Amino acid sequence: MSPTDPGASAPLLTVRGLRKSFGTNEVLKSIDVTVGRGQVVALIGPSGSGKTTVLRSLNGLEIPDSGTASFDGYAPVDFAAKPSRKQLDSLRDRSAMVFQQFNLFPHRTVLQNIIEGPVQVQKRSVSDATAEALVLLDRVGLADKRDAYPFELSGGQQQRVGIVRALALKPDLLLFDEPTSSLDPELVGDVLEVIRELAAEGWTMVLVTHELQFASHVADHVVFMDGGVVVESGPPSEVLVNPKHDRTKQFLHRLLDR
Amino acid sequence: MSESIWDLLVRSFWPLVRGALLGTIPLTLASFALGMVIALAIALMRLSKIRVVSAIARVYVSIVRGTPLLVQLFVIFYGLPSIGVILDPWPSAIIAFSINVGGYAAEIIRAAILSVPKGQWEAGYTIRMSTATTLRRIILPQAARVSVPPLSNTFISLVKDTSLASVILVTEMFRQAQEIAAFSREFMAVYIEAAAIYWVICLVLSAAQSRLETRLDRYVAH
Repeated sequence: MSPTDPGASAPLLTVRGLRKSFGTNEVLKSIDVTVGRGQVVALIGPSGSGKTTVLRSLNGLEIPDSGTASFDGYAPVDFAAKPSRKQLDSLRDRSAMVFQQFNLFPHRTVLQNIIEGPVQVQKRSVSDATAEALVLLDRVGLADKRDAYPFELSGGQQQRVGIVRALALKPDLLLFDEPTSSLDPELVGDVLEVIRELAAEGWTMVLVTHELQFASHVADHVVFMDGGVVVESGPPSEVLVNPKHDRTKQFLHRLLDR
Repeated sequence: MSESIWDLLVRSFWPLVRGALLGTIPLTLASFALGMVIALAIALMRLSKIRVVSAIARVYVSIVRGTPLLVQLFVIFYGLPSIGVILDPWPSAIIAFSINVGGYAAEIIRAAILSVPKGQWEAGYTIRMSTATTLRRIILPQAARVSVPPLSNTFISLVKDTSLASVILVTEMFRQAQEIAAFSREFMAVYIEAAAIYWVICLVLSAAQSRLETRLDRYVAH
C-alpha cells in the first residue's frame, strides 16, 4: 500500500537497545526497531509482550532504563542518561500519539481539542489552525461535530477526533496504541479505514494492534514481540503468513482459531 | 425600655447588614481568594516528587488542621507583637483565615488533581505541552469541576468562621451584634437576628454553588 520502499530511504527513526524493568519484572530486554520514512510498522504480540511500552517510549511517555531513540536530523535521546524534558520534547516534536482510550479533553469541544496543540504549543493563529482542523475533520467525516463535546460522540467518532488531533500537529511519525481495542466491533471499521487512508498517503506510522488482518494489509513491516524481545520481524508476507519461529506460529494460531 | 423587641430588630437590622457588607463579606472574599492561592501552592508542593518539598506541605497542612482557628488568630494578633510584629486587626484576620483555608483547601485541590485520569496528562504531553500548561489548560479545569462541592463547603464555613474575628476587634457583623445586644440587653433577639442573616448569606452561596456546578457539568454525560 505504502509507496515507499523501506530499504531505500534513510530511516526516520532508529531505536537501539531499549531495556525497561518495572520492579523485578523485565518488560523490555534490548529492543531494536527501525522505521523508514513512509513506512508502516505494526507491533504485534501477546499482552504483556512489551509492545505498548516500546510505542510509549517513542513519545517519551515511558522512560526506558537504557537504550537510544534517534530521529534523523535530531540528536539521539539516550534514555540511560535520564533525558531532560527538552530531550523528551524533541521526540514529541516529531511524533504524536493516538491513544487506546482516546484521551480527548472532555472540557473542550472537538474543534478546541484539535487546535489546542497547534495554537498553544506551535503558536499558530487560531484562524489558520481552525481552517486546517476543519479540512481534517471533513476528511474523517466529522465536520458536523466540530462544536460537540467528546461525551456526545461514539467511541469510533472520538477516536477519529483523536487521530485528527495528532495529525494537526503535522508530526513526522504517527503512533497508534491499540487504536481500536476499546471500540465496539461495529465501530472498528471506520477507524481502520482512516488509518488505511493515511498509510496510502504515505504517512509514517507505528501501530500496536491486535487486528492481524488489518496489519497484513496496511503494514510494510511487522514486528512480533513476546516476553520483552523481538522474536521476529519482516514483511507481513513472511511474519504473518510464513513465520519461522514457533512462538510466532503459536500466537498466530491462537488468534486465528478464535 | 419603652421600645418593643420588634422595633429593636428593625433598628438593628441595618447596622447588622452593614457589618455583613463591610465586615463579614469582604473579610470572607479576601481570605478565600488568598487562601486559594496558598491552597494551590501547597497542593502542588504536596504532589511534588521532591521529598523535602512535599514534606513541608504535609507539615503545613498538619499544623493548620491540628490547631484551633481561634488559637491561630490569637497567635497572629496577640502573639506576634511580642516578637515585634504588630499587625492591625484586619490584616491579622485575613492572614489567619487565609492560612487556615489554605490548609484545608490544599487537600481538596490535591485530591481533585489526582482524580483527573493520567491519560489527560499524557494527551497534554503528546501535543508537546509543558507540565505547567497541561496543568493550567487541561488538568485544573477538570479538577475544578470535582472540587466545587467540597470547596463550597470550605467557603461557607469561612463565612461563619469570620465571626471569630470579633475577638480581635474586627467590626464584622457579629461584633456589631454583640454591641447592640450588650446595649439593649436583648441578647436572644439580637443574636437570632444575626444568625438569620448568616443563614441567608449561606443560602445565597448554596444557590450559587448549584449554578456553578450546572455550568461546569455541561461537558459531562448525564
